[in-house]
Amino acid sequence: MWRKPPFQSCVIKPRIGLAGAMLALLALFPAQAQADEATIAVASNFRPVMAELETVFESQTGHDLTVSVGSTGKLYTQIIHGAPYDIFLAADEARPKRLEAESQIVPGTRFTYAIGQLTLWRPEGGEISPEALAAPDLRHVAIANPELAPYGAAATEVIAGLGLTGQLEGKLVRGENIGQAFAFVKTGNAELGFVALSQVLSLEDGERGARWDPPQTLYTPIRQDAVLLKRSADNEAAQAFIAFLRGDDAKAIISGYGYDTP
Amino acid sequence: MTLPDLPALWLTLRLALTTTGLLLLIGTPLAWWLATTRTRAKPVIEALVALPLVLPPTVLGFYLLIAFNPDSPIGSFWLSVTGDTLTFSFAGLVIASVIYSLPFMVQPLQTAFETTGRSAMELAASLRAAPLDAFFTVAMPGAARGFVTAIVLSFAHTLGEFGVVLMVGGNIPERTRVISIAIYEHVDNLAYAEAHTLSAILLGLSFIVLLFVYAFNRRFPVHAH
Repeated sequence: MWRKPPFQSCVIKPRIGLAGAMLALLALFPAQAQADEATIAVASNFRPVMAELETVFESQTGHDLTVSVGSTGKLYTQIIHGAPYDIFLAADEARPKRLEAESQIVPGTRFTYAIGQLTLWRPEGGEISPEALAAPDLRHVAIANPELAPYGAAATEVIAGLGLTGQLEGKLVRGENIGQAFAFVKTGNAELGFVALSQVLSLEDGERGARWDPPQTLYTPIRQDAVLLKRSADNEAAQAFIAFLRGDDAKAIISGYGYDTP
Repeated sequence: MTLPDLPALWLTLRLALTTTGLLLLIGTPLAWWLATTRTRAKPVIEALVALPLVLPPTVLGFYLLIAFNPDSPIGSFWLSVTGDTLTFSFAGLVIASVIYSLPFMVQPLQTAFETTGRSAMELAASLRAAPLDAFFTVAMPGAARGFVTAIVLSFAHTLGEFGVVLMVGGNIPERTRVISIAIYEHVDNLAYAEAHTLSAILLGLSFIVLLFVYAFNRRFPVHAH
């Protein structure tokens, strides 16, 4: 008699994911309504900056932040389904605008906290120019999925601006997000990639390879917007963090990681 | 269904069929060897075969991303032979799927061979059948149910593959953009209508495939001895 182990494993194998499990756990413990705590939903590309912002903010104010990281699309979906976040730091302006249109935020709290910089990158050192994209022996160029990620859309604009759209067709490999596009290049599977400048700058000095920063004229600025969510209108820690994010201390930290600030 | 998703559906079916075919060629001798061997290494091999059942697909995908890159021994060998990289290619997805679905082919076959195989083979040997001849005329027909289960499960499991493809595929239309990736992209992009259509197709297809296994197993029950 066949014991059917594959069937059972099919059923058991968890597909819900950690985020879902944690959400379920959070639902068991309703918010304690303490005014000095805030939960920040952060787009993955901003994670390293957020870590430093969190440290500085907490030592300056004594408030306590909890940071939840995910892709902008997934965080947005969680928010409209009632996820217990106070602030949303998105990687684009489309999702925050959408939340604003759906009256999910405290009016007037949507603002651009960082402007992403795109760069063409390869791990080997030396010089790199846009001509590298036209090399006939080039096999793969990694970009973030333009349908999902602003950095991907920006990369597509740059490629079009250089007149290389036709030439690069079939050579473009698309990561689900900018992190995956970066991994494709870092692991040597794609020779070149359009990644975030902040990713390259987060590498050690010796690992930064070669890069070419496309002029801002070639692509729409990658505005990353923040919003204070409606349920948190009276959360003091959340309001304090919004004020902090607009201030000069935060801006200095943010530009240190390869972002522009408004 | 929107037309742009048709290639994804077709690609998924091609991937599942190719994977199942290759698994049949690789899994049959492996399962037979596992069912008949007396080596002490057997538990080790069995554990290795079962690994994809418990490992998150992302672990396999991550290792493959490293192993497939054009500077690695495997990746560079493949590139020099075929002129194409293993990552971001259909061939790479097939190899990944073969590893990923290996237990779904090997385990049902091994069980079937263990149940019906050895005594029948010994009988055939006593009638002076050559081992290979005996295998094809005695052991394989005896394990027909195991084969149906293994084939259908491998096929269905590959249909639903996601994590590994996400890691090594690169989401290239008509090459590596399978149906599960397309659904994922639609959901992230808030295109719920397209996601619904594709999900319903996958759900229906998977149910029919599984229904086939259970109906078949009912019609040809195994008499345990």
